Amino acid sequence: MAVTEAMKARRFGEMALPHLNAAYNLARWLTHSDQDAQDIVQEAYLRAFKFFDGFHGEDARAWLLAIVRNTTYTWLQQNRNHVHNAFFDEEFHDLNEADSATLCDQPDNNPAAILARNDDKRLLDRALAQLPVEFREVLVLRELEALSYKEISRIAGIPIGTVMSRLARGRRLLQACLERMN
Amino acid sequence: MDCKRTLALLPAHLDQELGLSESSEIDQHLQTCAACHNAFVSQMALRDSVKQHASYFQAPANLESRIKAALPAELETQPGSVKRRPWQGGSWNWLNAGTMLASLVALVWSASLYLATPSPNALLAEEVVSSHVRSLMVNHLADVASSDQHTVKPWFNGKLDFSPIVNDLAAQGFPLVGGRLDYLDHRSVAALVYRHRLHLINVYSWPAPGNQQTGLDTLSIQGYHLVHWRAAGMAYWMISDLDMRALTAFANTLRSQARRPAT
Repeated sequence: MAVTEAMKARRFGEMALPHLNAAYNLARWLTHSDQDAQDIVQEAYLRAFKFFDGFHGEDARAWLLAIVRNTTYTWLQQNRNHVHNAFFDEEFHDLNEADSATLCDQPDNNPAAILARNDDKRLLDRALAQLPVEFREVLVLRELEALSYKEISRIAGIPIGTVMSRLARGRRLLQACLERMN
Repeated sequence: MDCKRTLALLPAHLDQELGLSESSEIDQHLQTCAACHNAFVSQMALRDSVKQHASYFQAPANLESRIKAALPAELETQPGSVKRRPWQGGSWNWLNAGTMLASLVALVWSASLYLATPSPNALLAEEVVSSHVRSLMVNHLADVASSDQHTVKPWFNGKLDFSPIVNDLAAQGFPLVGGRLDYLDHRSVAALVYRHRLHLINVYSWPAPGNQQTGLDTLSIQGYHLVHWRAAGMAYWMISDLDMRALTAFANTLRSQARRPAT
């Protein structure tokens, strides 16, 4: 009935809208696109609303971010042609630091790049953006959202041990990228 | 802890996700091992740098309104929308009906909760039954066993902060057996024991707030009959396996005796 739906919508809004920035930030970091991130977040919120009856007041942010993440992955799968490095399976690709050379931009010498090199912010954004999505997502959740391993494991649907190893590897890759860029 | 294991656990240590013992083992190792310490410092620097410098993308301002618009209509009047008259129907009308329905449901629900909660008297009656059963069971009917009211009444002195009315009703067929201290309704109370043929009767009394007089309130629990009343600032509970008619008759006798000045 329309009325109960409207009340549910209000409760849902009170729970979910405070986490809009976290949702958008995650989707934006995973897709590199403002427009895509907006569409994904909107779709994720509608999906979350559909499943809202199954939400029993546990960690709202983690619950919501898990849905945002899944929606993003579905989107990435449908648009994988446009996405560089979107899928990356740790089990089959044993990535080591030497491989990061192929992941990272080679230093170029145009004036804009030289300027950017001195700019920590742009440098870090570029390095982080180039990490495979699996590493990028755990780093974004950990460093930008300050989530615990347990929460990240819930959101990404991976064991805590994998959260730990992905974070460690992601940081090593990031470090290698930054060194190459400098 | 060796270097290999330390380096493996370093990221988790950095994120403060390790247990206390592992954490302190790593701390100890870092104090003695320069190589591991350097690794720790550089990982920390990287982490801080990401935290500090990586972009946090704030959601654009219109995203929230986009999402709100896509969700089922909320209970707010849209600015600039055409005002509908109630008899024209439409969502406004339904929403109001819905809120009313919801409050009605809430009201009924809370009323049923209120009714389902046992009243204080019902809870007290259960206490009285337990106390009565216990007094028969453990051979602890009376602390002062005497049929003489002038022995029983003074016995309570200093044991209670009130003086219970004790009557000798042997002439009416209810001889006094004795008295004891008991505990009901979160306080010490006087329990007087009377006998009628083979039936024992416990009469509990204690000062009750207010000075209301009530009629006899009767109920039966687990085959016992209970009579409750209030008089002259005292609450009375009487319980026995005696039949209800005889018990209420006895209660009435006690009440009329209590009105007379104590002898």
